[in-house]
Amino acid sequence: MADDYPKVDRVMGGASGWFSIALPAVLFLYFLGLVPQIAETPQVRGIEWVPSLGIGLSVLLDGLSLTFALLITGIGTAVTLYSARYLGQHPDYPRFVAYLMLFMVGMLGLVLAGNLISLFVFWEVTTIASYLLIGFNADSAKSRRSALQALLVTGTGGLILLAGMIVLGTVAGSFELVEILSQGEMLRDHPWYLAILLLFLAGAFTKSAQVPFHFWLPNAMAAPTPVSAYLHSATMVKAGVFLLARMNPALGGTEAWFWMLTLFGGVTAVFASVMSLRQTDIKQVLAYTTLMALGTLTMFIGAGTHYAIMAAMLFLVVHSLYKAALFLMIGIVDHATGTRETGVLGGLAKAMPLTGLAAALAAVSMAGIPPMVGFIGKEFMYKAGLGLGGFGAIWVTVMIFAASVMMFVVAGIVAWKPFRGELRQTPHAAHEGPWPMLAGPLVLGALSLIFGLFPGILAHYFVGPATHAVFGEVREVHLYLWGGINMALVLSLLTFLAGWLMYRRHEAIRDRLTRIEEGSRVNFDAGWDRVLDGLKALAAWQTRLIQTGNLQTYMAVIFASFTILVGATFLLRGGMGSGINYQADGIHPIQWTVLALIAMGAILATITSSRMTAVAALGVVGIGVALIFIMFSAPDVAITQLLVEVLVVVLVALVMLRLPHLPVRSASGFRAGHAAIAAAFGILSTLVMIAVLQTPFDRRLTDFFEIASWPEAHGRNIVNVILVDFRATDTFGEIVVVVIAAVGAYALLRGAPGARPTPEDEEPAQVAAADKGEKV
Amino acid sequence: MSWILVNPILIPLVTAVLAYLFRTSPAGRWISVAGTVVLLFASLILMGEVLEHGVIAGQMSNWQAPFGITLVADYLGGVMVVITAITAMATVIYTLAEIPERLERLGFHALLQVLVAAVCGAFLTGDLFNLYVWFEVMLISSFGLLVLGGSKEQLDGGIKYVTLNLVSTIMFLSGIGLLYGITGTLNMADLHLAVREVENAGLLTTIAVMFMVAFGVKAALFPLFFWLPASYHTPPVAVSAIFAGLLTKVGVYALIRSFTLIFDQDVTFTHTILLWLAVATMVTGVLGAAAMNDFRRILSFHIISQIGYMVLGLALFTPLGLVGAVFYLVHHIIVKANLFFVAGVAKRIGGSTDLSRLGGLYAHAPLLAFLFLIPAFSLAGFPPLSGFWAKYVVVKAALDLEMWFVAGASLAVGLLTIYSMTKIWGAAFWPKHPDGIKPRLGDLPAGERVALMAPIVGLAVLTCIIGLFPEPFVQFAETSAEQLLDPTAYVTTVLGVQP
Repeated sequence: MADDYPKVDRVMGGASGWFSIALPAVLFLYFLGLVPQIAETPQVRGIEWVPSLGIGLSVLLDGLSLTFALLITGIGTAVTLYSARYLGQHPDYPRFVAYLMLFMVGMLGLVLAGNLISLFVFWEVTTIASYLLIGFNADSAKSRRSALQALLVTGTGGLILLAGMIVLGTVAGSFELVEILSQGEMLRDHPWYLAILLLFLAGAFTKSAQVPFHFWLPNAMAAPTPVSAYLHSATMVKAGVFLLARMNPALGGTEAWFWMLTLFGGVTAVFASVMSLRQTDIKQVLAYTTLMALGTLTMFIGAGTHYAIMAAMLFLVVHSLYKAALFLMIGIVDHATGTRETGVLGGLAKAMPLTGLAAALAAVSMAGIPPMVGFIGKEFMYKAGLGLGGFGAIWVTVMIFAASVMMFVVAGIVAWKPFRGELRQTPHAAHEGPWPMLAGPLVLGALSLIFGLFPGILAHYFVGPATHAVFGEVREVHLYLWGGINMALVLSLLTFLAGWLMYRRHEAIRDRLTRIEEGSRVNFDAGWDRVLDGLKALAAWQTRLIQTGNLQTYMAVIFASFTILVGATFLLRGGMGSGINYQADGIHPIQWTVLALIAMGAILATITSSRMTAVAALGVVGIGVALIFIMFSAPDVAITQLLVEVLVVVLVALVMLRLPHLPVRSASGFRAGHAAIAAAFGILSTLVMIAVLQTPFDRRLTDFFEIASWPEAHGRNIVNVILVDFRATDTFGEIVVVVIAAVGAYALLRGAPGARPTPEDEEPAQVAAADKGEKV
Repeated sequence: MSWILVNPILIPLVTAVLAYLFRTSPAGRWISVAGTVVLLFASLILMGEVLEHGVIAGQMSNWQAPFGITLVADYLGGVMVVITAITAMATVIYTLAEIPERLERLGFHALLQVLVAAVCGAFLTGDLFNLYVWFEVMLISSFGLLVLGGSKEQLDGGIKYVTLNLVSTIMFLSGIGLLYGITGTLNMADLHLAVREVENAGLLTTIAVMFMVAFGVKAALFPLFFWLPASYHTPPVAVSAIFAGLLTKVGVYALIRSFTLIFDQDVTFTHTILLWLAVATMVTGVLGAAAMNDFRRILSFHIISQIGYMVLGLALFTPLGLVGAVFYLVHHIIVKANLFFVAGVAKRIGGSTDLSRLGGLYAHAPLLAFLFLIPAFSLAGFPPLSGFWAKYVVVKAALDLEMWFVAGASLAVGLLTIYSMTKIWGAAFWPKHPDGIKPRLGDLPAGERVALMAPIVGLAVLTCIIGLFPEPFVQFAETSAEQLLDPTAYVTTVLGVQP
């Protein structure tokens, strides 16, 4: 990427750039137009998709989905405008736009979906888009690793979620959300409730990066900054939170729900706040504060009171506004100075006044200072926390106090420290960003102020309807800046005080945290590597075990499998039968002699080390079989058998003259195993055959052939008539086999590698050398 | 009616003869292409008839069933023939740019066409012994294709392939003999009725398990699949692709056919074995894929893993399970053949199929990258592509039966499938080529580029259509599942008077 903003032909990314800006903008206006209507009455519209499976593309438009849709398209417009300038000259910019649009469509589909399975479809679309966007700088191994990590972590959650959705749909009798959300009581009492809840939480917690599944999110910052702002802060990572909010009327309100969400959410919020203080790269700082926000949202949705839900919906908007602005801001700073390190940046206010203004607006909101909307957000979180009963109130309030204090500190680190004081030396000389990149952060920052001054708009059109949708019951929502002197305000003042004190010592705190982290043995990211390595080792181990490359082993396993499966069935399912006579009576001594001959031939063939002896021994077996045919008066079959045997022995013997000697046979234990398999296989086959021969034979076909052979098929030799008329299709197929065998053999002789080596012949050898798979 | 059923077998055979006669001139390959186009039309006509009548049957040599051999097409047989024709056409077009003249002169196209004829025969026959004959034709022609050109590695893979498959064929033949011994018939519709008369039910189950093992080798079930990873990466890519698409699927088809039409007497026993074999197949296959570092080897192990899903659908033996099995079969053939095609192009422009010797395809061949993602994500079961619906239906069928472990295993296997697909993407596409090569599609001669890419584009479009508009395909699979679970129409059409 260019260091500066050179003027090239593709200003603003050309056609794809303008398209990418226009699409979210138009959608934003469309959704904005729906607001007054939807705020009053939610709507469901349905489109058929896969009715056979009960899956429709229905749309559920209510306060929750519309608020999300506006965030997605609104911030989407800011981000695409920004990206057109930020990445417009990148050779892969059109692909970037394609991924971004794919994501936007997926995210909109996710929040608007009125059917669980179609929600999942879009959920996965966002996962794919996120994978492709995190790996956008494909040359960097770090990007690739982060992309894979995000894909696998959220993908795992996604698959678990799918199971949860299927089970929930089965229990509720429908995948339509409207139907499911109206059956909350039945679902919560269902014996599978807890299982369904856990499956859903696995999906939501991985997508929304709750501890201990959080580690992928800071790594996802390998993506270009607009992507981090859009996907990994403002929208996609909130999909998990969205899902929880969406399912609240169906699954929420139980003890399990309350504690799972408040515990995971609270721990995530505080852990992430602490971790954010530890970072020096401002983008990483922001990544951890996003985690904090996701934890907070989860916690309040879990708390479940009307006030808590309202606080969550309010904070959802508040956070999206300030966090997207801050990410875009740090992108401008990075672009202009070449660094994002807190230690390096300073005094940017003079060189980048507008960027500084955007940063200030957003950061003041983040710190929760009036008159920004962030202040209202914090106040209501305190109120909601204090309003909970019992231990829950203490837990939530303490968690949110700790997180808020640290957000105050972080606001100072990201938006105060880099801009105040003397201008510091940076890799590039700092200068103001261009308007397309400034517009987004400034507008978003301004909105934080406007909503703070006029919270009524927010309450009436967005937070109110969204709260109704999540809480499942209509209650008045009233937001205000000044609520009189109360406990929440006291806590707010305490927050500022503690925050200010901590900010003054934040570098010392950071050093301390760094030492703690380096001494700690808990490292989620390294743990991930170990899991992946373990998986690879397991895969390699089992594949070496199974695919040995040794044909003898393969044969042994197949025959052993046959013997075990068929033998077990024969024994277990009563195939041996009660009325079957396994006695070997009635066999003539001459027959015994022939049988002994066959057995000796077979044994000799297996134990000899000479190929020639083996072939001759097999010939003995064949001739023995021919003798049996003769004894049972089938001379034509016997003649065929004899001819084939003789030919085979002669041909094989001829070929053998040109073959090298056999290698030394393997260890005797090995061969004992094979002998056991062979013996068991032979005995089993014999027993099954005896059982079959003693069942009465149905002569329908034989009788028909005997009757119809001459009058209808005009042939006296029934065997011949069967071959050329009754079952001529078989014979035709067999002729094809013979012809193709000839063609193949001819080709093999003509195309032998000795004749003319070609590049095709050499290449696979390379593969074999690189990947020691098959070898004889 | 008979000709409609015979055509899909006869057309490729006639094409084979003509292609062999003209094997030394360029006409040979164009005859081969034309043959597959005609085959596609014939298969669509067949499908049309099936859609109209439900099941159609034709008595060969005019001997009424069960005395002669019957060809029969129901929904499953019909769609398998159509998908075979599509795969054949895609493959033959692909070979125009991939198969050197040297192999054409040795009779490549004839072998390929005979293989296609055998596969169609296997899908259409209503006679168990005739199925065996088509298996034999398939085996000998595929062996010919596998070792054609005769490199050492090909021969090594070929020997394993042919030996292990011969074992399967012999088991199959023994099974046929024994089954004939206790029922006195070979016609599958007749067998459906005859097995109900068998007194020694345990013996029948024993024979059923023999068929299970024989077809299990063909279908590459655990622990019988060794021949597949040993051989599929050795021949020309076009051959790998058609093998990957069709061969194991004939085994799966045979399992589905025999374990719905004939062996439905002891379902709790036989289908429970199938269930655990299926789960083990899914798991070992995908772990094998995760362990490989070669484009084609990864794909080969994936076939095994996905076979597990199909057989799982059969093993569940519910309407939804069979919907899943049928849907999976069709989806998988398209996607898997396509991935092999992509691997071939990657090898062509990137110089290798070894992942450590590939790279740069994302930057320099964006079209190929895009066309890889569609079948790859589909295979991994991402919505809204065909593989998602296949996986969804099978998993739902398992969950409906409250088989939590089985459903969990199939979802976990889905995750590992994603992992191994990203392994290819993360090695062959995203990073730079280790030798600094810039693999561009534009560097291929225009004609070859079209021949290589047209099949990939076509199959990718099919994948997207099935993914975005699954309803007609699901409905089709539902009707197919109904026919399989209640073969009355099949039996009466075969044994009764011709419609």
